[in-house]
Amino acid sequence: MAEMRYREALNAALREELTRDERVVLMGEDIGVFGGAFKVTDGLLEEFGEARVRDTPISENTIVGVGVGAAMTGLRPVVELMTINFSLLAFDQIVNHAAHIHYMFGGQARVPLVVRMPQGAGHQLGPTHSHCFEAFYLHVPGLLVAVPSTAADAKGMLKTAIRDENPVIFIEHESLYGVRGEVPDDADHLVGFGQARTVREGTDVTIVGISRMALTAERAANTLAEEHGVQAEVIDPRTLRPLDLETILASVAKTNRCVVVEEGWPHGGVGANLAALISEQAFDDLDAPVKRVTGADVPMPYSKPLEDIAYPHEPQIVHAALAILGLEARAQPR
Amino acid sequence: MTNLPELDVAREWLATMTLIRRFEERAGEMYARAKVGGFLHLSIGEEATIVGSARALRDEDYLISTYRSHGHALARGTPPENVMAELFGRVDGCSGGRGGSMHMFDIARRFMGGYGIVGGNLPIAAGIALASDLKGTEEITLCQFGDGASNQGTFGETLNLAALWKLPVVFMVTNNQFGMGTSLRRHSAVTDLQRKGESLGVPGMRCDGMDILDTHGVVSEAVRRVREDRRPLLIEAITYRFRGHSMADPEQYRTKEEVAQWRTRDPIPAFGELLKAEGVIDDDEEARIDGEAVARVDAAVAFAEASPFPAPESLYDDVYVLDDAVRGSYSVRTMRPEEAADQDARAQASGSDGFGEDDAGEIPQQITTALQAGEDGS
Repeated sequence: MAEMRYREALNAALREELTRDERVVLMGEDIGVFGGAFKVTDGLLEEFGEARVRDTPISENTIVGVGVGAAMTGLRPVVELMTINFSLLAFDQIVNHAAHIHYMFGGQARVPLVVRMPQGAGHQLGPTHSHCFEAFYLHVPGLLVAVPSTAADAKGMLKTAIRDENPVIFIEHESLYGVRGEVPDDADHLVGFGQARTVREGTDVTIVGISRMALTAERAANTLAEEHGVQAEVIDPRTLRPLDLETILASVAKTNRCVVVEEGWPHGGVGANLAALISEQAFDDLDAPVKRVTGADVPMPYSKPLEDIAYPHEPQIVHAALAILGLEARAQPR
Repeated sequence: MTNLPELDVAREWLATMTLIRRFEERAGEMYARAKVGGFLHLSIGEEATIVGSARALRDEDYLISTYRSHGHALARGTPPENVMAELFGRVDGCSGGRGGSMHMFDIARRFMGGYGIVGGNLPIAAGIALASDLKGTEEITLCQFGDGASNQGTFGETLNLAALWKLPVVFMVTNNQFGMGTSLRRHSAVTDLQRKGESLGVPGMRCDGMDILDTHGVVSEAVRRVREDRRPLLIEAITYRFRGHSMADPEQYRTKEEVAQWRTRDPIPAFGELLKAEGVIDDDEEARIDGEAVARVDAAVAFAEASPFPAPESLYDDVYVLDDAVRGSYSVRTMRPEEAADQDARAQASGSDGFGEDDAGEIPQQITTALQAGEDGS
């Protein structure tokens, strides 16, 4: 094990896979000479050369499309988009092409493509650089959607993504790039998709945290235990497609209550989807309706006090957990 | 005439153009009889552009096209049986009945697909060419698209990137004078389309897309240069589609006289007359070629009719590439076996097999419109 930052773990995953498989090619805006807008690809151009670490023009839809074509004919491209908001320029290539090609051509072609990008608020980047769009991509059959929250998962899941035969939307979080964690050194350490991580065990309420919210939920669970005597079980699904629903349902069978926490918008969100799945498949286990804690239903504002209240923090999660347990009187939202 | 190819080559070109013409005519008939659903875009009139360019390629080269691509599949060698079966939505279709008219595909013949999104295939072509280059091969990619696609963002983005990265792509704009129902003059500020790549570092060439000899000559030269120089070129093929944009096109944007004028330049009789004048074939041979095409299309229709529809239980096949290591649910259908069984039971109880039996006797609205406009049935 070695302690490293989330961005360093991603860098290590890319370096190891570039070394392991000569079909792996990186493409993206400013990933080479500049070293990556968030320094995830730092040093890789020098190590692997211009042919395999490719600076691209600012042409998101075409960069992803080039990745699709290259993946169809034998490469394993990893495309970096600078933020998830920019991926909307590439929505056509991601949805109409990457996601559909295997199906619409009767299984003749595969698209082993990874599209990496960060999301998330907290840096005052305003309404075009701060959103969380995992729900957009979760919506699309044909895509896999990964949302790693720790350095170890960032590395192990990116390696899995590169080795997978399907197009993977790999969603990083801007606020996690500098967060340190223990990461296995083993070059073949993979974190398989469809395997949720139980962050913390508990018996009173299940809290499912998506992306960074897995960490925020963990802190909330500690507060719940220390200040309210409530034992929350915290689950990080790690991937939304495939989804390890079994682990979530098993937890709900134990706790009978579930709170889903995400940074994205409420309508059609990950929490909305999970709430539907849980009530369809585990209605009899529930003692209360599934509760959601989501980002505010607004474009992300720039001003710090407004940005702060536009996405979930620990107190909202504590409050939601107490509320679902009927302990609202003890809840003190800030 | 000195630039005629070998006798059997010339005959094969005429035969392939004739096959595409007869296939498309029959596809239109099958559409009017509701054997074919959705949209149907025919390439009648554009056969010289298709065959002339496809024959400039080696087997290992890639061809990628648009939603008007039956002819490209046929020119690449995909059996007409499988193309017709795709139109019919049958399991033996070249895309397994998943794609339909707009999404033909044949990986074995390096026909990398028809694409329904205008301009969507250009970045993919560049990606294929990138893979060819990084693998150290001599392969090139011929990327065919329409005049309308030259206005998409992907046109500028891809030509710039392909020139910057020195990718072996021949971009070929099939200028059939209309982006759906909007004429070239009404949709493009620069109507000299071969020049549209100049500011992006992609030189242009032009060919007469109604003349298979000229098309083949120009595309062959472009392919040779791209293969050797590893830099992209843009070719504009001037052509015309004799039929509507799709089967639901009353063609109010052009005159019958204009269509009639272009029909006098029909590439198939023109090439046939040339071959007869040069003594390569005679009238009997020309008729024999046509008869063979008709017979082949007859066989394709019979094959498609006999091919089964995909089974309902195949609905979720090939959404993902799955292997032994699969964990969790990839899609709602694969969630839990008991859930899936429940869905099947409900589908059976409602009497639906998923193929719209209830509508079988009805003619789709777009056909009705086309018939009323006199577009079809001729």
